[in-house]
Amino acid sequence: MKSLFSRPQPHPRAIQNPTWRAILLWLLPGFFLIIFFYQPLIAIFKLIYSPAFGFSWSDLNWNRVWQPLSFTFAQATLSTLLTLIVGLPSAYLFSHFTFPGKKLLRLATSLPFILPTVVAAAGFNALLGPRGWINLGLMGLFGLEKAPVQFLNTFAAILIAHVFYNTAIIIRIVGSAWANQNNRLVQAAQVLGAKPSQAFREITLPLLSPAILAASLLVFLFDFTSFGVVLMLGGPGFSTLEVEIYTQAFHMLNLPLAGLLSLIQLACTLTLTILYNRVSETRSNFVMPQAQKTILRKPKTLTQRLWIAVLVLTLLMLMTAPLAALTIRSLVKLEPERGERSGFQTGFTLQYYHELFINRRGSLFYVPPVEAVRNSLIYASLTILISLTLGLLVAYALKQRAAINRWIDPLFMLPLGASAVTLGLGFIVVFNTPPWNLPGLPLLIPIAHSLIALPFVVRSLLPALRSIPQSLRQAATALGASPLRVFREVDLPILMRAILVGIVFSFTISLGEFGASSFLTTPDNPTIPIAIYRYISQPGALNYGQALAMSTLLMLVCAAGIWVLEKIRLPGEEVF
Amino acid sequence: MLRVNDIHKTYEESPLLEGVSFIVNTGETVCLLGPSGSGKSTLLRIIAGLEQAESGAVLWDETDLHSIPAYQRHFGLMFQDYALFPHRTVAQNVAFGLRMQKLPAAEVQSRTNQALETIDMLNFAQRQVTDLSGGEQQRVALARALAPNPRLLMLDEPLGALDRALRAQLSCELRRILHSTHIPAIYVTHDQDEAFAIADRLLILHNGHIIQSGTPEEIYNHPNSLWVARFFGLGNLLEGRVISHNPLTLQTPLGPFQVNCQSDSPLLGKKLTLLLRPSAALICTPEQVLPNMISGVVQDAIFQGESYRLRISCQAGVELFLNVAHNIAVGSHLKLHFPPKTILCLT
Repeated sequence: MKSLFSRPQPHPRAIQNPTWRAILLWLLPGFFLIIFFYQPLIAIFKLIYSPAFGFSWSDLNWNRVWQPLSFTFAQATLSTLLTLIVGLPSAYLFSHFTFPGKKLLRLATSLPFILPTVVAAAGFNALLGPRGWINLGLMGLFGLEKAPVQFLNTFAAILIAHVFYNTAIIIRIVGSAWANQNNRLVQAAQVLGAKPSQAFREITLPLLSPAILAASLLVFLFDFTSFGVVLMLGGPGFSTLEVEIYTQAFHMLNLPLAGLLSLIQLACTLTLTILYNRVSETRSNFVMPQAQKTILRKPKTLTQRLWIAVLVLTLLMLMTAPLAALTIRSLVKLEPERGERSGFQTGFTLQYYHELFINRRGSLFYVPPVEAVRNSLIYASLTILISLTLGLLVAYALKQRAAINRWIDPLFMLPLGASAVTLGLGFIVVFNTPPWNLPGLPLLIPIAHSLIALPFVVRSLLPALRSIPQSLRQAATALGASPLRVFREVDLPILMRAILVGIVFSFTISLGEFGASSFLTTPDNPTIPIAIYRYISQPGALNYGQALAMSTLLMLVCAAGIWVLEKIRLPGEEVF
Repeated sequence: MLRVNDIHKTYEESPLLEGVSFIVNTGETVCLLGPSGSGKSTLLRIIAGLEQAESGAVLWDETDLHSIPAYQRHFGLMFQDYALFPHRTVAQNVAFGLRMQKLPAAEVQSRTNQALETIDMLNFAQRQVTDLSGGEQQRVALARALAPNPRLLMLDEPLGALDRALRAQLSCELRRILHSTHIPAIYVTHDQDEAFAIADRLLILHNGHIIQSGTPEEIYNHPNSLWVARFFGLGNLLEGRVISHNPLTLQTPLGPFQVNCQSDSPLLGKKLTLLLRPSAALICTPEQVLPNMISGVVQDAIFQGESYRLRISCQAGVELFLNVAHNIAVGSHLKLHFPPKTILCLT
């Protein structure tokens, strides 16, 4: 008879060696990455070296590389500086004060973070574009024939849109570092004789600088890879590497040059990503235990109130004006439909929303917008499925204490640095040619979206997973739970919120993704952002209105997403 | 000399300090003792200039410090969590206050080393403070506060985060250092053992007031209120009603008790609490007849190293604790006598 106190036998299916467990967990994500990331990457290399494309270094006009490269660096640097100018005071504001409407302002400043570029572009278009509120208003007021404010297709438009996008990153990263800074450190410095300015210089700033550096790098990275904003707001006059890749591949059909630009882009973004990860790691060294958090206070003096009021208004203007303009413009008819020369009715209308369901042109290539919505929803669901499955596997693999992770981890970091446009180009090159021959395979789109969403999913899951003490699992095992049961009863309930965050991220990323989709969608199967891009650049009030209506819907979905993210704040999470 | 005068402060709308006044003389170490949440740390922060009191004044040598910011007060403050600068080495932390005084580099260097020597950590100078253990951090924090030679040193529960053995060791060291520097000090704690070990004088903060001040012996021997006796856990508390004067006698659940209490006001009929010290009881033979006699049964005998602590159940469900030198078997019947002069009357 078996004794009651006999040692529990190791579960036969549980693999004890962490290295083997890690390898097993890496298997599927690794396979996925090799086919859908490394294969396209190698294909892009081949574009340059394979004689089939007729590329030769001696024929290369270096200006066509140098110009977008230098412009990309210049605009990213300038955008980052401007974002810091707006973001740092805002970070101080959010981390130190309470004021009426703070929650709403936090939502408003976070929204751009997951807002698709086409929606932001549509918002700025509705506010400042030739058919936007300000221009139509001025034209009506002064009886002008032409739009007086030239905002679209200017350098300023790119910069402002980038500030709009990335202020949230500074607020989140720097703000949370600032709020978590032990305020006793500054007090200790003061008691030791440091003036407030000295205490700021000697204590606050040095402790904050890794966070500022990390946030700046991330903002720079996002500005560097900006595609939709530059394409839609900067116009033909401005070309970042991303836009140039797209132009060379699609309009000039110069695949080798597009490939070369992609590789340069990849090298740059990879360097930035590695730098960012380095800085993020050193950041945690400054966190001391038993830190006392800054206490939020109400503004007291008149000067404080004044600068807070100015800052809050500026942020509100920057963050909400384009989105409010977009929403209202999609509900108001201001200009004639094509063919309607005069005597048209201005005012509130739901027409643009109704029209989303109708295929007016009856042409083969113009599908009703509702189909774009359907496509996008299918792609987004598939993206959730793929990225969550892979994300869970990767997170669990990274959690294993296995030496092999040191080698595999960087291989998984590489896709982080890859831009959406590069990914799209690679997919076209690989899967349009033998042996795949899969032009327009719809599954490629959610796969590309999953690759883009994967880092976000992993970064949501990993901290939550690491926060589960091993002792919890051991306690459950000691109480008789099998490994699967432990996962279900311990890991899953604790991970649930992180999983939900991952779902929201992959869903909104897929819905709004523009760069890769612009390569991979076929004319009869557009996604929402592609449809918006098509409609907004076409003449006629109806097209414009429909683009804005779709943008508004997309924005509402993202607002709901950011609301969910705010609701389920993860422990230790600040920003991605 | 520090004079704190009638300080009032509210915290989250409820009064925290309601007229706190005391002085700290040159070279004196004063312990501010009180339960958590009694406003001890807030009081220190007000003295340091990190917070403003709603009314009252902090004076140094009779000069009001109201308009002098924290960084010009030349007071040292050691925080409960030490607040060491995590981006600086041990030496840089200690040198910070000296640098703020704009001293020449050579002097900063030598005085930093001197301070590190005092705490016996000279060879830790180049270490990161984040690598130090709790006890080491505590000592660096002390050295940092002492290095600029402050005119007053304040320590906010400096041993609170450390384990028991380390606390005993470091409190001796603190006592030595504080007394050798002659810097007047305010030492905040909620631990009476620590307070007794370090203080020249104790201040007991309760309900927003200093309810008693005096040397450790004075407070131990003559707690002026029931609350103080309870807070220090001084002994068995027994309620009774005064039934006669001369000698003052109280009727208690354990029978009448005679005590040596002087009082100016007539006490007849008043309810008072008696403090019966655990070490004051005399064990009597069954034949002896004395006032203040109690009989009881030993329920438990706890070995405490130097002595045994007995739990004795008496009549009417009253339990008493006694400290005795030798073990007495559980279940023994005891007859005890408390001499009247050892009993204190508390209100």
